[in-house]
Amino acid sequence: MAERILEVENLTVDIPVGGGMLHAVQGISFHVDKGETLCIVGESGCGKSLTSLAVMDLLPKKAIRGANKLELGGEDILNAGERRMSDIRGNTMGMIFQEPMTSLNPAYTIGNQMEEALKRHRKVSTREARDRAIYLLEKVGITAAESRLSQYPHQLSGGLRQRVMIAMTLMCGPNLIIADEPTTALDVTIQAQILLLLAELQREFEMGLILITHDLGVVARIADRVAVMYAGQVVEQGTADQVFNRPTHPYTQGLLDCIPIPGKTERNKPLGSIPGIVPSLVGPFHACHFAERCQYAFDDCVKGDIDMRPAVEDGHEYRCLLDPETCRANAQKRGVA
Amino acid sequence: MLIYALKRLSIALLVAVTVSLLTFSMIYLSGDPAMALAGESATQQDIENIRRVYGYDQPIIVQYFNWLANALQGDLGHSHYLKTEVSNVIFDRLPVTMTLGACALGFALCLSIPLGVLAAMRPNTLVDRFALTLAVIGQALPSFWFALIMIFLFGVSLRWLPITGSASWMNFIMPSIALGYYVTPAVMRLTRAGMIEVLSSDYIRTARAKGLRPSVVLFKHALRNAIIPVVSLAAVQFGFMLGGSIVIETIFAINGLGQLAWESILRADLPMMQAIVLVLSCFYIVLTFLADLLNAFLDPRIRVS
Repeated sequence: MAERILEVENLTVDIPVGGGMLHAVQGISFHVDKGETLCIVGESGCGKSLTSLAVMDLLPKKAIRGANKLELGGEDILNAGERRMSDIRGNTMGMIFQEPMTSLNPAYTIGNQMEEALKRHRKVSTREARDRAIYLLEKVGITAAESRLSQYPHQLSGGLRQRVMIAMTLMCGPNLIIADEPTTALDVTIQAQILLLLAELQREFEMGLILITHDLGVVARIADRVAVMYAGQVVEQGTADQVFNRPTHPYTQGLLDCIPIPGKTERNKPLGSIPGIVPSLVGPFHACHFAERCQYAFDDCVKGDIDMRPAVEDGHEYRCLLDPETCRANAQKRGVA
Repeated sequence: MLIYALKRLSIALLVAVTVSLLTFSMIYLSGDPAMALAGESATQQDIENIRRVYGYDQPIIVQYFNWLANALQGDLGHSHYLKTEVSNVIFDRLPVTMTLGACALGFALCLSIPLGVLAAMRPNTLVDRFALTLAVIGQALPSFWFALIMIFLFGVSLRWLPITGSASWMNFIMPSIALGYYVTPAVMRLTRAGMIEVLSSDYIRTARAKGLRPSVVLFKHALRNAIIPVVSLAAVQFGFMLGGSIVIETIFAINGLGQLAWESILRADLPMMQAIVLVLSCFYIVLTFLADLLNAFLDPRIRVS
């Protein structure tokens, strides 16, 4: 079995709001092994970003984090304390953010910002930090790397800045990288480049990668395993093959139904859509979160919490009362399996 | 950077020219200057003589360029009241006012920037409320009244500090506080607002995600960006303080430019007032220019285009 890098069990994030408590993340469990890419997908506001910030311990101050287990490389980071966490962040665990345009400090050069990441965690000279920065800038496909070091963020395009961000995250050679929608703010042509770059680097450095996105096309290409999130919960989890080719949860099936596939989707046939809106997560909520929008929902769906249950294959699980065979039949009927 | 500096410099020069035009025209504010100089009992002949001697009979544009050429050579005219060269008096008094201004600005910045940062780090807590209270009081209190209260408290009752003159550094404490306190609220509020905005920005999150120490995040990554607008404001406020020093210097009987301005207004000593306005304006222009340069140094987006 591969070395386990991150183990998360029953992670919750609660945020006090005007009308009560917003249960933004409700008991999420997942793990990442060495050299593995886990994609977390789901629509806006489903708690993907908060999940990643919770792992990094970078949640907004008023957010409350809870978990049964949060381990990085076997070390408990749930109760690590800010001092220890700051030693871990940027060192063994790095994060790439959504907004390359604003994620770099405008007042300092690229070189300064990259070097300080390494100098913070390793005893290295400026010369060594500089060499490492140049090496990594070249690795992420930036030409004239050495001259880039003295440039400021505003002199670079969005795509270049995101490459710099990736290189900066790699400075200390982390075991785990969390990329929170790293391509959302970029041009479509650049998006693919950046994602392939990430996948390439992940293989080369044998890191664990958590890629948070709502772009299913991307996920299908680079994910080893996929966790589908809906309204603060993981509703389906499994290998990319399992989730894409044998989607079990009605929400996953609905999502896949929304994507046109060249050669498979019939011409002139309307694309699928999921009716309704995401439920409010303020206050207690004991029911299937998807029930209101689910075409298969029945009375029991709203009579209590729904637990994750195993699907047919190993490592494939989903959160629904319908048994795997029924789900399978539904998927085939909808043409997504 | 050079282009930016040259651009700023040419703007500064344009402002200086405008100021000189306005200052020059001050002499005509109260009507015919020759008549004003001659006094009530003068004959028409006297007035004509004065007009010729002082050059008031020449076209205005010639008068302006003569005046400007003299001013550029350090000759700011002749005070009819004090019967001496204006420039001598002014450069005698200037250091006192500059010391006062610098001390006041120093006091204001030393108080307002740390307070602003603290308030931003802990918004809506006791520190923040304290800073806000201080700011509201500062904004609401007229500085002359605040000065009088200090004189009463520290000068008259407690007898800790001298209340008049400019003989020793002790004399500058109360005037600097009175003058500086007035600009504290604006600088503090701007620092606070800037810091709150910067602290919630994406690059601060990046800095934290790199595992940087809180002090590095705060001072290197946050303050540097938050301080940029404060620099411009401080320069503007320093200009206000030079004006405010008229009141403060009069109250504390400090022999500076402010008091000289006040006396000259009472004496209707036009050349003197003209010169004071010109000198103070030039200082203001130079300061604004320096602030622009400092901003360019702090913010590469200005410096590197």
